[in-house]
Parts: sequence; C-alpha cells; structure tokens
Amino acid sequence: MSKPDGSVVRQALIRSVPVMAGYVVLGIGFGILLRGAGYGVGWSFAMSLLIYAGSMQFVGVSLLAGGASLLAAALTTVMVNARHLFYSISMIGRYQNAKYKPYLIFALTDETYSILSDGSAPEGADPDLYRLLVSAFDQCWWVTGSVLGSLLGAVIPFSTQGIEFSMTALFIASFTQQWLTAKDRLPALTGLLGTLACLLAFGPERFLIPAMLLITLVLTLLRPRLGRREEAAR
Amino acid sequence: MNFGHSAALVAVMALVTMLLRFLPFLIFRAGKPIPPYVAYLGDVLPAAIIGMLVVYCLKDTVVTAAPYGAPEWIAAACVVGLQAWKRNSLLSILSGTVVYMLLVQLVF
Repeated sequence: MSKPDGSVVRQALIRSVPVMAGYVVLGIGFGILLRGAGYGVGWSFAMSLLIYAGSMQFVGVSLLAGGASLLAAALTTVMVNARHLFYSISMIGRYQNAKYKPYLIFALTDETYSILSDGSAPEGADPDLYRLLVSAFDQCWWVTGSVLGSLLGAVIPFSTQGIEFSMTALFIASFTQQWLTAKDRLPALTGLLGTLACLLAFGPERFLIPAMLLITLVLTLLRPRLGRREEAAR
Repeated sequence: MNFGHSAALVAVMALVTMLLRFLPFLIFRAGKPIPPYVAYLGDVLPAAIIGMLVVYCLKDTVVTAAPYGAPEWIAAACVVGLQAWKRNSLLSILSGTVVYMLLVQLVF
C-alpha cells in the first residue's frame, strides 16, 4: 500500500454514496412497511443486519404478516435470491484469495455487486480493504434506512399507501439501465417474456419456479449464439 | 404476531440467503477452473433474473378490470423514461414511487 488508510476509507465512502441514497430511501420504505405489519424497530434492525437482501426483505414482510410456514419461507427465499448464486459465481475468481472473504460474500447485494464486479479499485489502495469498506458502508446505509423508516413510520403524518411500489421501481430502473447498456438484449428479453408466459400459464401463485426453469433452458439453447459473442467481447 | 415463529422465519430467510451467496464458493474451490457452462450462466442470467423480478413485482396487477393497472403502467413509464433520460436510478425510483402513491391515493 502506497497510501495511508484514510484515503482508502475516503475513496470507499465516495464510491458508496450513490448506494447510500438508494439504500437509505428504500430502507425507510422497508421500515415503514414492516412497522405497518406490526413489527417494530428491533425487527427492522435484525432483518437488515442478518438477511441483508433488499427485495427479499420486502417479500419477507408479507411472509411475516401472513404467518407463512418455514418451508414456504425457505422456497420463496431460494426463488427471490437465486440470482445471488450467479453474482457469487462471477466473483469466484476475484475473491479467490481475498482477505475478509466471508464478509465480502455475505454482503454481496445487487448494488454492491454492481460496484465491485468491474473489479477496479482506486490506484494505490489495498483492493481487499477497499472492497471490505465499500461492502460495509453499503450495509450501514441499509441498516440506517431500515431503522429510520421504522421510527418514522410511527410518526409520519401522511398515508404511505403505495410505497411498496419502490421495490417494483427499483427493478424497472435496473432493467432499463441494463437494457440501455447491454451488448446483447436477448438475456433480458428472455427473462421478461419467459416469466410473463409462465405467469399467464401458471397463475400468480406458482409461476416463479417454472419461469426460472424456462429461462435457464432458453438461455442454454441460446448459448451457441450468445456464448460466442461473450467470448468475442473478452 | 407469534414471536417464536416470526424469529424462525427471519432466521430461515437469513440462512437460505447466506447459503445461496456462499454455495458457489464452496462448490467451485479456488484454483480449479469454473466450468464454461456455469461461467456462461453467470454472464447471462443476472439480466434475465432482473426481467423476471419486474414481472414478479407486477404479478398481482389486475389488467382485465378498471383501472386496468393504470397506476402501475403510468408509474412504470415514469421510471423507464426518467432512467433513459437521466440515468440516475435513485431519481427514477423515487419519482416513480411518488407518482404511484399519488395515483393510488388521489386518482384511482
């Protein structure tokens, strides 16, 4: 390391600022929803600390409120969070010999992945320390937002009906961004249309597993076409 | 609310999420090359899964009866338009959510 630690901290903090805004706002939305379901600030704090997966926590509010079975909760978590398998797969090489590896893996959310997956660390900074700090700052923002939301939810003077759309908006924004920057739009299109077809065929209660199978199948069949382009792009 | 069951639900969600994040690191040990098929899936699946989650979030939207999912369509169009224009995710998410809240509370 050629620079003192203070500059790594500053660089990681700066890198996590865009995530801060999003996590605090979405965390507040989560805290408000959870309080609305009858679960106070201790629950917001525990869920954001231990689960630390935004969309799953939103879905978790309805699992808690509806008193879901443990098996249903486990299956739902697999379906909603299966994409993390693939984030991890694409980071195996990068995190191979990383220090702080267990926490880096635990804290690999969509947003942290999107910051760290390009593999760049500031010049002169210890890459492992930088990744640790970015990951930890991100989780701090998320926990802070959740706790704030729970506290605000008790005193907020206007109706929060419709705030659950923040989760939908999050995915639509990611999808749009991805659509505009992707070198190939077929994977995104496969996910959207394949899921829509399964929703129409199987209904809103049981379409998610068929959708995941169909998506994997279609992408496997597209591999001769997409895989070659991936190779060429490298 | 049943405290014990709720705590167990949170524990299950936390453990399964952790398992999903750690599993690839346990299966594909360092040093061994990742099978090309798995690497390919790692490249193309994230984009597809985001598409899937968009549909998942909108799964309970009723499009066959009034207001035909109008609040969802309008708010979603705001998010897409703003994102394409400004490329600022937080701005798109916040604006779309506020538009949706105003629509369901005041208009529809």
